[in-house]
Amino acid sequence: MRRRTLLGGVLAAPLLAACSGGSDGTDSGGRTTLSYGMWDPAQVPGMEKIIAAFEKRNPRISVRIQLTPWTSYWTTLKTSMRGGTAPDVFWMNAVNFQLYASNGVLEPLSGHIKADATPVDRHPEALVKLYSHRGTQYGLPKDFDTIGLWYNKQLFDKAGIKYPDESWTWDDVRDAAAELTDPGRGVHGFAAEMQRQIKIYPAVVGADGFILRDGRSGFGDDRTIEGLRFLTDMVDRGWSPPQSAMTESVGRVRYWSEKVAMNYDLSAMAGQMYAVPALKDHGGITVLPKGRRRATIIHGLANVISAKSDKKAAAWKFVHFMAGREAAEIQAKAGVTISSYEGTQDAWLKSMPEFDLKHFIDMQKYAVPYPSSENTAVWENLQYPLLGAAFSGKGGIESAARTLGEQMDRALKEERAS
Amino acid sequence: MSVFPATAAAKSAGRNRASASGARPGFRNQRVAYWYIAPLGIGFAVFYFWPLLQTFYYSFTEFGAFGGHTFIGTDNYVRVVKDVTVWQALGNTLIYSVIGLMALPVAIVVASLLNRRGLRGVSVYRALYFVPFVTLPVAVGLVWNWLYNGDFGLINEILSWIGVDGRYWVSDPSTAVYAIGAVIVWSTTGYYLVIFMAGIKGIPRDYYEAAELDGAGALRRFFTITLPLLSPTIFFASVICMINSLQTFDLIYIMMGESNPAIGDTQSVVGLFYKWAFVENAQGAAAALAFLLMLVIAALTYLQFRIQKRWVHYA
Repeated sequence: MRRRTLLGGVLAAPLLAACSGGSDGTDSGGRTTLSYGMWDPAQVPGMEKIIAAFEKRNPRISVRIQLTPWTSYWTTLKTSMRGGTAPDVFWMNAVNFQLYASNGVLEPLSGHIKADATPVDRHPEALVKLYSHRGTQYGLPKDFDTIGLWYNKQLFDKAGIKYPDESWTWDDVRDAAAELTDPGRGVHGFAAEMQRQIKIYPAVVGADGFILRDGRSGFGDDRTIEGLRFLTDMVDRGWSPPQSAMTESVGRVRYWSEKVAMNYDLSAMAGQMYAVPALKDHGGITVLPKGRRRATIIHGLANVISAKSDKKAAAWKFVHFMAGREAAEIQAKAGVTISSYEGTQDAWLKSMPEFDLKHFIDMQKYAVPYPSSENTAVWENLQYPLLGAAFSGKGGIESAARTLGEQMDRALKEERAS
Repeated sequence: MSVFPATAAAKSAGRNRASASGARPGFRNQRVAYWYIAPLGIGFAVFYFWPLLQTFYYSFTEFGAFGGHTFIGTDNYVRVVKDVTVWQALGNTLIYSVIGLMALPVAIVVASLLNRRGLRGVSVYRALYFVPFVTLPVAVGLVWNWLYNGDFGLINEILSWIGVDGRYWVSDPSTAVYAIGAVIVWSTTGYYLVIFMAGIKGIPRDYYEAAELDGAGALRRFFTITLPLLSPTIFFASVICMINSLQTFDLIYIMMGESNPAIGDTQSVVGLFYKWAFVENAQGAAAALAFLLMLVIAALTYLQFRIQKRWVHYA
């Protein structure tokens, strides 16, 4: 009875993909139709504008967006790859990239890039590197995200503290968090959530620790543990709600409802924050505070071509266009994400004048790429079950982190063996 | 699931054959009968039996993320047995099925209350109780998450009126499994209620009238007439209930999220299967796990069939 929902989803995926996949691409007029797989409905209008510009330049190619919701994007994609109905061009992220590249289901782009002089060097180097596997480039970045410190000016004013800026260190954040926490009104100074991309990884690299280096886990490293402790300590002292509370209403929602004064969050959230009148009025943004060093995490999406596509020439034309200045400018104007092409971010900055978005771009200088390996999901899945207790105020972060390090090393060993 | 009508039919068939003094059933008739069961049989073969065989085969292979597989013998089974999370998930799943069985007594009591003579609007009540069962598990999970919410939830709000401090029900490892179990009971009671109401309808009124004449009270009538005569239905419902709760997944998936500190204490076997197969690209090991679950279900169902002889009365 209930079981059908799972089975149904698995069965429906290839069927749906087959329905929307089209036949052999070229219709009677000799036009090539590319399918373009993506997951974010908020970016559809921007992508449609880019496609219109592309089709104007390439009248014999048309591109059709194939939108799959995030929750089923990767399962659907994998299934349709097996069935040979995957989209010709699709979005890729760092977590999944190496799995796809190492299994040979992505088209290598290095040769194309050389032949067409694609302006790869105009994109952040850390980001471009995320999408190369064993020296071969398989994806070209379209946008990027960094993590910044978001704060509520009104709560700072009430507590009589000056606003965070580029000079802030972890000590300043701790002092401010203590002052800003007001149990009577249910306000916490900080949201030290168990969330890898926006909380854990930035804290770890800020402490000069690491997640993954030369195929080895960093969770047993003393500096890494120091970074984790920066977060769990906030929970222990009551300056941050415990993870059990933040599972039910996440840090972002608490920041929206002005129950948390400082929060680490993605640049991509700017649009949603901007839509909250209170935050548009008195929400502030600055760079992440300095621990042992100044650092943040950078991640971005890339466009990749399916190795099984039978329209690779047209697909490359599209990916090449997407990596160029014109496409980047259109995307920036749409205001959802930061285009990764250097110097095209002005439109994005101007789309929300009340916010000091420039910090997100400046942080690129010292941003650390999102860690990944061939089977990233396996060791990422080890993190939350092991760290959960420490993030809920039960202590024991050091031993939890060391156990996690051992288990992650074991997973990495298995990954190399397979 | 089709086991029950089959056994009942077989029994009556056996009886008929005995009374029909050994006349062989016509061969032609049998052929026609195969045509009748063909739609179900083909569906079963294509969508259940063939995948079952494939799963069994794949459980001995390492499965590539994008197709292709290599035979690796029993490695997957070794991994499944050695993995502590499997045993934890199995333990959680057994807790779910024990809690899930609580839906039966609730449903029996409500069914016999709804069966009182002269009660008006029975179909309305029945529909009301049935609604949670036909509601999408996703919607059920989301709404219950709001009710359970530690900061703004209705449950904690009501508890605070009587001076009780609430907690984060679904993210506290000590309560999460019961919080989810309660939702399972809530959402399945209606289904069993409908089954039991039908079962009670099948009990002849004469028994109750005779008992009443002899001076039996309502409680006595319930325990000495309703329960024993309903026992075949209760048995049917308990087997279905057990199988369903051993396969719970969607509700837990929706209610727990990913970064819940109680995730290890609530994960079911099918939840773990999903994670292995669709997130971690370990389809081979996931197939082995699915097979293990099937064996557990088969064993428990067999056990239930053995025990039923002691308490089920076939009138």
